[in-house]
Amino acid sequence: MDINAYIILSLLIFTIGIVGVLVRRNAIIVFMCIELMLNAVNLLLVAFSKMHAATAATKAVASGAADAQIFVFFIMVVAAAEVSVGLAIIVMLFRNTHSVDINFLNRLKN
Amino acid sequence: MGITTIIFMLLSLMAVGSAIMMLVTRNPVKSILWLIVVFFAISGHYIMLNAQFLAVVNIIVYAGAIMVLFLFVVMLMNLNADSEPTRNVRLQAVGILSGGSLLLIILSALMKDGGNNVVQMRIGDEGLISNLGKVLFTNYVLPFEIASVLFLSAMVGAVVIGKK
Repeated sequence: MDINAYIILSLLIFTIGIVGVLVRRNAIIVFMCIELMLNAVNLLLVAFSKMHAATAATKAVASGAADAQIFVFFIMVVAAAEVSVGLAIIVMLFRNTHSVDINFLNRLKN
Repeated sequence: MGITTIIFMLLSLMAVGSAIMMLVTRNPVKSILWLIVVFFAISGHYIMLNAQFLAVVNIIVYAGAIMVLFLFVVMLMNLNADSEPTRNVRLQAVGILSGGSLLLIILSALMKDGGNNVVQMRIGDEGLISNLGKVLFTNYVLPFEIASVLFLSAMVGAVVIGKK
C-alpha cells in the first residue's frame, strides 16, 4: 500500500475533527473531535513507522520503527490523562451554568 | 486489486463515514457511539499494519475506557438532541470552508510522487508486544515512569476539580 493513501485518510479524519471543533457548540462533542484528531495523527505515525521498516529492511540498518510505535503509545497515555481532567472541567462547567454550550465560556473575557 | 487494498478501502470508508456521522448526529449519545466505530476502524488499520499491540491498546484505552467516560458524563448531564442550540448557518459554512481549504493546502504540500514509499503491510515484527516491551523497558524507562507521575497528577487534578 502506498504511503499517500494513508496520508489522504489521516488528513480526511483530521479535517473532520477540525470542522467539528469549528462547527459544533456542545463542549463534549468538541472534546471528542480533539480525540479524533489525535487518532488521525496516531494512524499516520504508525503508517510512517511501517514505511521506515520497509525501507530499512533493504538497507540492513537497525530499524527504528519500534520507536514510532512507542511514541504513539505515549500519545495515548497523555490523551487518557487529558480526558480525565477535561471531563472534570466540563462537569464543573455544567454544574455552574447548567449547560455545556462553549459560548458560555466567553465570560472569562471580563 | 488485492485483498489488502479491498480491506484498506473498506476500513477507510468505515472510518471516514462514521466520523462524518459523528458530526452530523444531534444526539450526543449516538455521536459517541459513532466515534467508537471510528476507533474500531482505526484499530483494524493497525492490525493491517501488523501493529498488534497498538490495535489492542487502542480498543482497550479509547473504546473501552475513554469513550465509556464520555458516555457516563453525557448520561450524568442528561443531554439530548435539543439541548444544543445551533450555530448560525453562515458560521457553519465558514467552518466547513476553512476546514476544507486546510485539507487542500496540507494535501498539496505533502503529496509527492517520488521514490517507492511503500508501507509494509501484514509483515514485520516491530509492532509485536515482545519487541515493543523490550524497547519500552530499555530505551524508554524514564518516560514510562514520568507517565505514571502524569497519571497520578491527572487523577489528583480530576478529583480536586470535580469536588468543588
